[in-house]
Amino acid sequence: MISLKNKDIISILDFTKEEILYILDISKRMEKEGSSEILKGKVLANLFFEPSTRTRLSFETAMKRLGGEVVGFDELGTTSSVKGESLRDSVKIIEGYCDIIVLRHFLEGASRLTADSVSIPVINGGDGASQHPTQTFVDLYTIKKVKGELENLSIGFLGDLKYGRTAHSLAYAMANFNAEMYFISPPSLKTPKDYLEELGSRNVSYHEVESLSEVSSKLDILYCTRIQKERFSDPVEYEKVRGIYKLSKAVMDELNVKEDLKILHPLPRVDEMDESLDATSFAVYFQQAHSGIPVRETLLALVLGAIQ
Amino acid sequence: MKKVEVSAIEEGTVIDQIASRNTFKVVNILNIQDIDQVVLIGYNLSSKKLGTKGIIKIGGKLLTQEEVNKISLIAPDATVNIIKGSEVVEKFKVAIPESIEEFLKCFNPNCVSNHQKVKSRFHVINKNPIRIRCHYCERHMGEDDIELV
Repeated sequence: MISLKNKDIISILDFTKEEILYILDISKRMEKEGSSEILKGKVLANLFFEPSTRTRLSFETAMKRLGGEVVGFDELGTTSSVKGESLRDSVKIIEGYCDIIVLRHFLEGASRLTADSVSIPVINGGDGASQHPTQTFVDLYTIKKVKGELENLSIGFLGDLKYGRTAHSLAYAMANFNAEMYFISPPSLKTPKDYLEELGSRNVSYHEVESLSEVSSKLDILYCTRIQKERFSDPVEYEKVRGIYKLSKAVMDELNVKEDLKILHPLPRVDEMDESLDATSFAVYFQQAHSGIPVRETLLALVLGAIQ
Repeated sequence: MKKVEVSAIEEGTVIDQIASRNTFKVVNILNIQDIDQVVLIGYNLSSKKLGTKGIIKIGGKLLTQEEVNKISLIAPDATVNIIKGSEVVEKFKVAIPESIEEFLKCFNPNCVSNHQKVKSRFHVINKNPIRIRCHYCERHMGEDDIELV
C-alpha cells in the first residue's frame, strides 16, 4: 500500500519506481475528474524567492481547483530575508500559517533545508540549478500519455544539459524504466559528471554527442531545453551557445527521425524551437504544459492526505 | 636488522599508511603546531602497499572520533596505533562513516549550506575511491573536492 501523506517532494531520487507510477495513475484519474473540494480548508504557501510565473500559477490553480486557499509571495524584496532573517526562521514561522509549502529558491538545496526545518510537507518548486521534481512528474506523465508506456524508450536530451535541471531530474526518473539516453549538447554545456555517475551507478546506457543528426533516428522522445541566459555569469559565453540548436519544421523534414517521435520542452522557449514546429505531429509541449495542473493537483492531494 | 626510519615514541599515537601526497593534509587536520610534545613526521617512506607513504607519530595524544573521521576522508588506508610504554596496545584502520556532518564544506558555491547557518551534511556513496553527495544540493564530491573546515 503506497501512502505519500506528509511526504516531502524535494528530489526525484527520493521516489521509487512504484511511487512514480502510482502518482502518474492518480494524475490520470485527476485529469478525468476535474475540479473538486477535497482540499477545502487547506492553505498552500507559495514561497517564491526566485520568480517563476508558470510554476507559481500552476500550483495556485491546482490548489484552488481542489477547493484550497493560497498565500505567498514571488518577490524577494517583500520578504524578511532582505532584513537578514535566515531561511530556516522564515519557513518555521510560515509553517504556522499554512498546511503545505511550495518553495522556489535561487540556492541549491534550499528545499531540503526547508523540509528538514518544518513538520508540514514541502514541495520543491525548483532550487537553483538543482532539482525540479514536479516538472519531472509532468514530463513523465506526458511521455506516458503520448507513448502509452515508460519502459524501454530511447530519449534524447538536447541543449543546456549543464544547468538544465529539468533534464537532470528527468534522466534520473527515466533510469527506473530501462531507457537508452542520448545527451546532445555543445562541449561547454555537457551534463555534469555527478549526474552521469549517478546514472552509471544505476546501469543506465547513455551516450554523449554534439550533433542531433547523429542520433535522431534512434529517438522515441526528444527533450529540448532552453539555454538559460540567467545561469551564465559571462554574457559572451551565453552568446556563443544561444541558438546553437534550432528546431523547426524544415529541420525536422531534413532529419532522419521516427514517425512517432515526440518533442517535449518544459517551456518557456527562446531560440531553440521555431513556431513552425508547433503544428507538426512531433510537438507535444503545450499538452505537456497543460498536464501541469492535474499532476500538481495530484501531488498536493497525496501529500496532504486527501487521497489515500 | 630492520632499518628504523622514524624514531619510536613512548606514549601517544602513530598514524601509519598515509599516502605520501596526503601526509601534510593529515598534519593540518591535527593542528600539530599546537602540540607541546614530541611529533615525528616521516614522508616519502617506502611502502609495499602504497609505493610511498607518510607516518605521523604524536607523543601524548589520543585522537578524537572526529579526527579519525576526518583522516578517513583524506587517507582512507591509514592505520592508527595507540602506544603505551613503547608498546602498541591498540591498532585499527580508519573507517569512512556512512554520513558526515559539519567538518566538510560543500564545494558548490551555490549550495544553501554555504549561505545559511546550517551544518553541512554528506552521504557517502562510495568509500574507495571516496565519493560523497551533499545532503542539500545533491552534488557529488571526490577526493580532490574535499575541503575540511
